[in-house]
Amino acid sequence: MRLADLSFRYKIPLRGSVLIVATAVAVSISLIAREYDDFKRDLIDNAESMGRILATTLVTPMLHDDLWRVYEIINSPFQSKLRPDSPLSADLLVIVDPLLRVYVSNQPKRFPMLAEAAQVVPDFKALIDALRQAPGDDPRVFDLKASQHLYMATPILADGVLLGTLVMGYPRDIFLPRLFAIIRRAGVVTLGVLLLVIAASWYWAQRFAEPLVRLADCMGRVGAEIPADIECRLEMQDSKDEIGRLSAAFQRMVLDLREKAELEKQVVVSERLAALGRLSAGIAHEINNPLGGMLNAISTFKRHGQEDPQAAKTLSLLERGLTQIKETVAALLVEARLESHALARQDIEDVRTLLQPDLSLKRARLDWHNDVVARTPLPSTPVRQILINLLLNAIHALDPGGRLACRVALRDRAMTITVENNGRHIPPERLDHLFEPFAHDSPEGHGLGLWVTYQIVEQLGGRIEALSQPGETRFIVTLPLPEPA
Amino acid sequence: MDAKRRLLVATLATGAWAGFARSSEPRVRKALPVRIGLTPVFLNDQMGFLQGWKEYLESRLQRPLEFVQRQTYKGIMDLLLGGRLDFAWICGYPYVRHRTQLRLVAVPVFKGKPLYQSYLIVPAEDRNTMSIEPLRGKVFAFSDPDSNSGHLYIQYLLHGMGETPTTFFSRTFFTSAHRKVVEAVAAGVAQGGAVDGYVWEALLGLQPDLTNATRVAARSPFFGHTPFVARRDISTDEFAAMQAVLLRMDQGLPGQSLLRRLSLDRFIPGEPRLFDSIAQMMRTVHGG
Repeated sequence: MRLADLSFRYKIPLRGSVLIVATAVAVSISLIAREYDDFKRDLIDNAESMGRILATTLVTPMLHDDLWRVYEIINSPFQSKLRPDSPLSADLLVIVDPLLRVYVSNQPKRFPMLAEAAQVVPDFKALIDALRQAPGDDPRVFDLKASQHLYMATPILADGVLLGTLVMGYPRDIFLPRLFAIIRRAGVVTLGVLLLVIAASWYWAQRFAEPLVRLADCMGRVGAEIPADIECRLEMQDSKDEIGRLSAAFQRMVLDLREKAELEKQVVVSERLAALGRLSAGIAHEINNPLGGMLNAISTFKRHGQEDPQAAKTLSLLERGLTQIKETVAALLVEARLESHALARQDIEDVRTLLQPDLSLKRARLDWHNDVVARTPLPSTPVRQILINLLLNAIHALDPGGRLACRVALRDRAMTITVENNGRHIPPERLDHLFEPFAHDSPEGHGLGLWVTYQIVEQLGGRIEALSQPGETRFIVTLPLPEPA
Repeated sequence: MDAKRRLLVATLATGAWAGFARSSEPRVRKALPVRIGLTPVFLNDQMGFLQGWKEYLESRLQRPLEFVQRQTYKGIMDLLLGGRLDFAWICGYPYVRHRTQLRLVAVPVFKGKPLYQSYLIVPAEDRNTMSIEPLRGKVFAFSDPDSNSGHLYIQYLLHGMGETPTTFFSRTFFTSAHRKVVEAVAAGVAQGGAVDGYVWEALLGLQPDLTNATRVAARSPFFGHTPFVARRDISTDEFAAMQAVLLRMDQGLPGQSLLRRLSLDRFIPGEPRLFDSIAQMMRTVHGG
């Protein structure tokens, strides 16, 4: 897996963490370096004042040539227990006389008295050479690269006359424990802060990446399906930043896609139903012509033929079969009788009366609203048939003691019929084929009720919609009122 | 009178009491402290011991007491001869030099005898030196110019070889105390040193690390031990009181304990001729 393929969920906090760590390390290093320099400068400052104090103290005993007193003075820092990193921790103190011989030192065995100072230790050669060339009046630092020591040379002057030079040697090792202590302290503090900052940056980056990740997930699914609204709701979609805008655009896109899909589905359904209508009309027409001839022939034969009981029985059988075909075809071939009288309030109220026995049988309750007051320019017979079909279906779906509602409303130059029930709902897979003939095997009825209803609505130039979910099934029929002539 | 004084002590401030004491002449001698000069002929830098010894002597003498110390023997001798000190514990060499102005009070007894030696010490690493001769051209540490064991004896030895410290050694220095001679030799500041044998032995018990860093290369003949002396003009009463207290120190536990810390057996009256050998050396070296 390449780094570039890594989720933003990890990539953003990782990058943040790398930056934070790099910053912390850089800052720590510069602080440590500065601290080290400060320490070194402190040490040199302290060594200088120490050197000056010692040099002043040493003047009298050196003038008196009181060697033992001089030794006691330079040895005194080593008598007390000092901290190892104390600036007094010079481990070497040598007094060199003006002839650059050892006068006395705190390590008399290494630096025997009167020895040539330059010969004693290699370190000293460069230092003594420098002193020989320019004795100087002020303390001087000798930071010799090759040496294990840092040296401070302080002249011991009595009224401007050089009595000797005090050389103090500080081992470079004393820097190390101090340096380690600084690094350790800086490390602990940096680590603590890092933990906090990195934790915060991970949390923040997670929050930042979360909507992006979800958006990416949802987008990835578009194509195969259209994600539901709830699944792809993003917390930051209200904000006006890039993610908010992206999220809003995505929401709009999903909404458009869903509407389009819905529309396509409706178009498919209505086209299929139209094709079915044309097909059934064609078939009915083709069947009706010979059927009429056959029924006429049977009728003629029954009137003029011999009294043959066997033939009469057969013909009767044929006639019943043919009549059933004729009725079925007639049912398929819905033809709204548009010439019936204009719809009156009573036409609709009659339907209510008509359905009373069925309602009682189911002990169902009916909410009835009828807005029709005056005569309405719609043919009464097809409208009543629509009402009856929908209400019978609704009653049929009801459980005993159920509830149904029927509203007939006139609005915006259209009549709306709404039939609702709280009985068994229609499963979604059936909803798509609800208005097709023989679409479902019903123990009662021939399965043509909704087909007929659909055809009538079509012929009246209206629209029918079915919505069903558990506990509620609703049919809405919208019939436009014709323009007044 | 006594009752009245006690009342005054109880009611008056110390300053007022001092003024009153000065005004009553017959009591003055008893009220003024005895002043005793101390030199590094013993380990005079043990402050704990000095405090104990001071309290011991004060209680026995029934007088306040003051110990006086100076950087050098000469400092003490000047005070003593100038009448600023009553007693002093000094070295045999200044004693014989000023014998006429001093009275011998007591002499300490060390390892059964009122005698001690001068030790020639070298650093412990030096395993060969057995006499002064190999130290020619080396750095040498003396204790005090007026010390017998720490200076005069070496001068005497070198005199016998036709040398002086300046010609014989490359460098010499005085540490002003025997203990510091041991320190100087132990640290290697000097390659040899002259030290009071009694002090070295006492240090052996107190600071074995220090003495073990040195080695005794040679021992001198025995000399009279460091005398406890009084001014010649001191009153007989005071002299006798001090002598009695010193001589009785080995009787009773407190005194014995103090003597043990000094590594001494006791004090004895001593005889001035104990120091004749030192006087002899002095005459030889200084041609007196």
